Amino acid sequence: MDLMSLTAVELGRKIKAKEVTVREAVLAAYDKIDEKEAELNCYVTTTKEAALAKADEVQAKIDAGELTGPLAGVPVAIKDNMCTKGVLTTCSSKILENFVPTFTAEAVINLEKAGAVILGKTNMDEFAMGSTTETSHYGATKNPWNTKHVPGGSSGGSAAAVAAEECSFALGSDTGGSIRQPSSYCGVTGMKPTYGTVSRYGLIAYGSSLDQIGPIARDVTDCATILEAIASYDPKDSTSIKRDDYDFTSALVDDVKGMKIGIPKDYLIEGLNPEVKDAIMNAAHKLEEKGAVVEEFDLSLVEYAIPAYYVIACAEASSNLARFDGVKYGYRTPEYNELHEMYKKTRSEGFGPEVKRRIMLGSFVLSSGYYDAYYLKALRTKALIKQAFDKAFSKYDIILGPVAPTTAPEIGSSLADPIKMYLGDIYTISVNLAGLPGISVPGGFDSKVLPIGVQMIGNCFEEKKIIRAAYAFEQSLKAERI
Amino acid sequence: MREYETVIGLEVHVELATKTKIFCGCSTAFGGAPNTHTCPVCTGMPGSLPVLNKQVVEYAMAVGLATNCAITQNCKFDRKNYFYPDNPQNYQISQLYYPICRNGHVDIEVDGVKKSIGIHEIHMEEDAGKLIHDEWEDCSLVDFNRSGVPLIEIVSEPDMRSAEEVIAYLEKLRMTIQYLGASDCKMQEGSMRADVNISVREVGASEFGTRTEMKNLNSFKSIARAIEGERNRQIELIEDGKKVVQETRRWDDSKESSYAMRSKEDAQDYRYFPEPDLVPIVISDEWIARVKSQQPEFREEKKARYQEEFGLPEYDADIITGTKHLADIFEEATKICGKPKKVSNWIMGETMRLLKEKEMDPEDITFAPENLAKIVNLADAGTINNTAAKEVFEAVFNDNVDPDVYVEEHKMKQVNDEGALREAIEKVIAENPQSVDDYHNGKEKAIGFLVGQTMKAMKGKANPAMVNQILKELL
Amino acid sequence: MANIISDETIDYVGILAKLELSPEEKEEAKKDMGRMLDYVDMLNELDTSGVEPMSHVFPVNNVFREDVVTNGDDRDNITANAPQKKDGAFMVPKTFV
Repeated sequence: MDLMSLTAVELGRKIKAKEVTVREAVLAAYDKIDEKEAELNCYVTTTKEAALAKADEVQAKIDAGELTGPLAGVPVAIKDNMCTKGVLTTCSSKILENFVPTFTAEAVINLEKAGAVILGKTNMDEFAMGSTTETSHYGATKNPWNTKHVPGGSSGGSAAAVAAEECSFALGSDTGGSIRQPSSYCGVTGMKPTYGTVSRYGLIAYGSSLDQIGPIARDVTDCATILEAIASYDPKDSTSIKRDDYDFTSALVDDVKGMKIGIPKDYLIEGLNPEVKDAIMNAAHKLEEKGAVVEEFDLSLVEYAIPAYYVIACAEASSNLARFDGVKYGYRTPEYNELHEMYKKTRSEGFGPEVKRRIMLGSFVLSSGYYDAYYLKALRTKALIKQAFDKAFSKYDIILGPVAPTTAPEIGSSLADPIKMYLGDIYTISVNLAGLPGISVPGGFDSKVLPIGVQMIGNCFEEKKIIRAAYAFEQSLKAERI
Repeated sequence: MREYETVIGLEVHVELATKTKIFCGCSTAFGGAPNTHTCPVCTGMPGSLPVLNKQVVEYAMAVGLATNCAITQNCKFDRKNYFYPDNPQNYQISQLYYPICRNGHVDIEVDGVKKSIGIHEIHMEEDAGKLIHDEWEDCSLVDFNRSGVPLIEIVSEPDMRSAEEVIAYLEKLRMTIQYLGASDCKMQEGSMRADVNISVREVGASEFGTRTEMKNLNSFKSIARAIEGERNRQIELIEDGKKVVQETRRWDDSKESSYAMRSKEDAQDYRYFPEPDLVPIVISDEWIARVKSQQPEFREEKKARYQEEFGLPEYDADIITGTKHLADIFEEATKICGKPKKVSNWIMGETMRLLKEKEMDPEDITFAPENLAKIVNLADAGTINNTAAKEVFEAVFNDNVDPDVYVEEHKMKQVNDEGALREAIEKVIAENPQSVDDYHNGKEKAIGFLVGQTMKAMKGKANPAMVNQILKELL
Repeated sequence: MANIISDETIDYVGILAKLELSPEEKEEAKKDMGRMLDYVDMLNELDTSGVEPMSHVFPVNNVFREDVVTNGDDRDNITANAPQKKDGAFMVPKTFV
C-alpha cells in the first residue's frame, strides 16, 4: 500500500484503525522526500529526527485514546514563513538564514494539538513575494507535473510537496493568491479562509491586512478538515475573529441544488488562456447539471485590484520588513564601520531583488507628499472593490472563475517582467483585498498536461458555501473518472 | 535692539502607570537586568503581534478629560517608521491621524496672571528601549526593558511666552496626572519628559518665527536654561541677519548650550500609515461618562475640603495638596489616627524640613502613612515626648521604620512614673544648690537649667510637663 | 513613461528603507519604480471622491487585553538569535558620537 497516495483523512483513518502506525506514515513521507527532493526542492528544512520522536509520542496518545481527531498521526509540511519553535524558519531569505524562533505559530500549534506530525519547512518565494517560488534564496522549486515549469507561488514548496506526495498535506499562506495559485499550478486543492479565521500569530508578515494561513491538500475533504483544525479565535491576534461555525466539514455535502453561481464576465477577458476558460466553463456546466443556477455578470473594477494591491502590500511590507536589520536576529553583514552602514549592508546583502523592489516601492508610496495620491487612493479603491463584491454576493452564493490566466509558466520566464508577473494575480488578488474566502480545486489539464485550477469565491464567513460547491464539483469529476 | 517675544509649545511624554506594557503582558517595573522584562512582541520578533492594553486607553481618556479635551470616539493607531536600534520593529506604534484626545486646555497662573494654555492633542504610543554605551567594546548595548512601556504625548499649542509659563504649565500637568494616578511624572526618572518648540518674533508681529525643537531636557531647571539659551541664540542669528533653521537640537545642560542633531541618515520622513495589526478603538458616550465619573477629587476641591472638614489653615491645605503623594499621606494617616491637625503639623514641620535638607521632592517620600499615624498616637498618648518623637520621625522618614518597634528597641518611652521622677529631681536639687538659690532669688530662668539637668539624668525620656510641675512643688 | 524616477529619489528612498543599491541596481530600480508607478496611476481613472479609505475590511473594534502581567524573564530565548550580544543585551555599533 502506498501510504502517501492517500488523502490526509484516509491516512488518518487507517492510523486510527491501527492498520498503519504513525511512524510508518512518517517514514513513508521521508521515503518520498528522499526520492524526489533532489529534483523538486520543495523543502528548505526537514526535521526527520524530531518528526520520528513526535510520531512515537503521537502514537502513544492515539493508543491511549487521547488523540482521536482525523489528522492524528498525519504528516504535514509547513511553509517556511510560519514560526516553529527550535526549527529554522527562513522565509526563504538569506536574511533569516540562521533564525530559530522561540515560539510556534498559533495555526501550527493547533495542528500539533490535532496530532499532525511536522516533516519540515517548505520553500517559498522570499518573504512570500512572488508567484513562482523562484525568488527563494534556497533555489527554485520545480513543478512535479513538469520540472521545467514553476510550481507557482509563493507557497510553491507546499503545493509541490502535496502534489509530489512528499507530505500528506501542507500549510500555506495567501496574501494575493499564494495558496490558490500554486495549488492550481500543481493540481492540488488549496483554500484561503476569510481574513481573521486563522490566527496570524507566528506568521512572519508580508502584508498584514491581507495575509491569511490556509490548507493545501489532496482534496476538498482534506481542506475542510484541516481548516477545522487550524481555525481558532486567538486573543494574541487582534484581527482574529470569533466565529461560531468552525464545523467546516459539515459542508461536505454533494448538493448544490438551487445554489446561485455567478461568473464575472470581466474575468473572461483577453489574456485568459482558452484552455483555462474551457475548464471554468466545464466546471460551471458540471455544477449546473447538479442543479445550480449559473449566470454571467459584471463584477467591475477587476483590473484595478492589481495596482491597489501592490501599493497596499508593498507599503505594509516596507514597514513589516524593517525589523530585519542585523540587530536582534538573522544575518548581519560581516564588515561595517558604523550603524547605518551596518543596516544598509545587512539589508542589501540579506534581501533578494524582488524583496528590495517591493520595499523600495512601498517606502516611496508612503513617503512625504505621496501618501494621499498612492496609499489613500489604494485604500479607497479597496473600499470600492469590497462594495463590488458585496453587490455580487447579494445576488450570488458563490463566484466561479479562474485562479490564474494560464497554467504554470516555464522556469525563468516570469521574473524578467514584474508587471506581467503581477498581472497573473488578477483573479486572486481582489479576494485578499476584500478579505473573502477562496478555494482552488483541480479542474482538468491543458494540452501540455499541466493542471488547471478552478476558483470559487465566497462571501466573507461563507467558507461552507464554497466547500459545498467545490465538493460537489470534485464528486462529479470523480464520477467521470470511474 | 529690537524687542523680541518668545513663542513656546511643548510636547510632553508621560509614562503611564500601568502594570504591563502597551501591547504585551511584560512588566513595566523599573530596573531589572537588561532584557529581563521582554517578550517576542516588545523585541519585534518576526511573527509577533500587538494587543492593546485597555488600561492605557482609560488613562489617556482620563488625562484628556481632566485637560478639557474632546475624546476622539473613533481612534486608531498608526505606524511611525524610522530605523534606530532602540526601536525593535524599526517602527513605533503611535497615533497621527486619529489621536485619542484633541482640543483641550489647562489654566495656569504666573505672578497672579491667569492664562489658558491650549492642548492640540494627546496621543498614545509605545516607548523605545534603552541604549547603553559600552566603553570597553566601543559599541552600544540595547536593553528592551522599556520598549513598549505605554506613553501619552501631550502636544500643546504654541501658547507660552516664557520659561515661567512653561514651568507653570508642566507643574499643572504633572499635578493633574498625578491626581489621576495615571503616572508618577518623575522627570529625573524619565517618566515625564518634555521637548520644547521655540521660536522668537518681534513684539507685535503676527506671524510665528521659524521654530526649533529642543530635546534632552530632564528637569525644570534645564528647561528654563534651555529656553533662555535658545531664545538668545535665535535672536542673535536674526540680529546678525541670519536665518533660524528648522531643526531638532539637543540640550547639553552641563555646557548650557545645544547642538543640532543633524544626519543625512535622518530623513525625518516617518511614512505614517494605519497600523494593520490593531483594530480601531470605538469609544462610546457611556465609556466616556464612566471614566469621567471615576475622576478623583482634584486639588482645588481637596484644598477646600481640608479647610472645611479638618479645619486646616489655607496655607497648610495649599502645601499638602500641592502634590498628590503628600495629600495621600495626609489622608491615609488621618484616617488611621483621626487627628488631622497633628498629622498636618508633622507634614508642614518635620517633613518639609527634611525634604529641604535632603533636597528631595514630595514624590520621593517613601514612608508609610500608618507609621506617621503611629508617631502621632505615641506622642499624643505621652508614650514618647516631643524630642523623642522627632527622632523617631526622622527614622521613619529615612527608613520607614515601625515606630512601635523603634521606640521599644531604643528604649525611648517617656518616664511618667512620679516616684522615679521625684527621686531624680530631688537628686538634681541636692546637686545644684546655686541654681536653687537663684530660683528663690527670682531668677525664673534657673528652673530651665534644673529641668535640663533632670532630662539629662533621665536620658531625655522624662515627661517634661511632669518634671516642671514636680520641680516647682519641691522648690 | 510618465513617471521619471530621479537618482535623488532612489537615493532618498534608499535612506528611508536602509537599502544600498549598486549602480546597476539603481538603474534597474529607477526603471522598475517608474513602470510600477505608471501602472499604479491607472487608479486615477477611478472616481473615489467621497469614498472612505478602508484599512480594515471588517468592522471589528475594541480588541483589548487586561492590564495583567503574563510574561516573566525570558531573556535567554529573546537574545538567543542575536548576531552579537553582551551581558544579556544586543550589541550594535555605537550610537553616540
